[in-house]
Amino acid sequence: MPGVLAAATTVDSLTFAVAAAVIVAGAIGVVVSRNPVHAALMLVMTLFGVAVLFVEQQANFLAAVQVIVYAGAIVVLFLFVIMFLGVDRRENLAEEPLKGQRPLAVVLVVLGLAGILVLGIGARWAVGQKAVAGSSAHPSGGDVAALGRSVFTTYLWAFEITSALLVIAVVGAVVLARRSGIVGGDDAETADSDGPGAEPVPGVPDADDAREPAP
Amino acid sequence: MSLGGGWYLGLAAVVFSIGALGLLVRRNVLVMFMCVELMLNAANLTFVTFARMLSDIGGQALVFFTLVVAAAEVVVGLGIVVAIFRRRRDATADDLHIMRG
Repeated sequence: MPGVLAAATTVDSLTFAVAAAVIVAGAIGVVVSRNPVHAALMLVMTLFGVAVLFVEQQANFLAAVQVIVYAGAIVVLFLFVIMFLGVDRRENLAEEPLKGQRPLAVVLVVLGLAGILVLGIGARWAVGQKAVAGSSAHPSGGDVAALGRSVFTTYLWAFEITSALLVIAVVGAVVLARRSGIVGGDDAETADSDGPGAEPVPGVPDADDAREPAP
Repeated sequence: MSLGGGWYLGLAAVVFSIGALGLLVRRNVLVMFMCVELMLNAANLTFVTFARMLSDIGGQALVFFTLVVAAAEVVVGLGIVVAIFRRRRDATADDLHIMRG
């Protein structure tokens, strides 16, 4: 598309090229790196590249949120779990548990990508009315004000549901991660691998044993 | 003004495909989660691109919600991984047939 390239400035094209290279390199790094820690760091690289493209498209607030939430919270959570579980050993990528799965996966993904690109280039997009929820092009007060106005008026109900979703996720994570409790709990078969914290105290009835007769 | 939206959409499609490929070929559950994050990011990039192309802030609002859902998904997913790992000392997708009937 030389016409499009000529319309954009050189700086914009250069920014997109560099960011795209960073994004694709990071994505490939996530897939091929044997160490999960390296994969997480490659993911950070991709996320920063996407944030650059957000800025490039006048989505400044989302770029900041992308860096803070994704790179600052989600990837750190990944790293916490990797360190906590001690799974940062290298994975042998040479062995293939399912015969012929990888070639099939590659063929499937290439077919899917080709389908998306052919549809995107060849098809005439059925796009609806423009600016249903307010314009994003140079709104008054910047994109932060426009986004806030949209989230707290048009999408207020979804926003409220979002808060409920976050609370449910936190409660679910706490329930899943606690050592012994009403849900789950450690069985006797895994008691030896739980470390010193799970050993029953002599003289005190074990919580697991006390709970077992109950249905 | 930035580049035409087609470039961004193409890049998003490529990143989505790489994430899908990783999800299909990797066996480590944590890396599979990261590949899901890649796919979500590609979708976010598409949303922002369409928000600019159609001049509609709704696309950016959707990205906002996608971020929240991704955060919740990661929290619950990693909680499940920790719970499984506590029982099995391994987090490989091949070994997870506990729930098979």
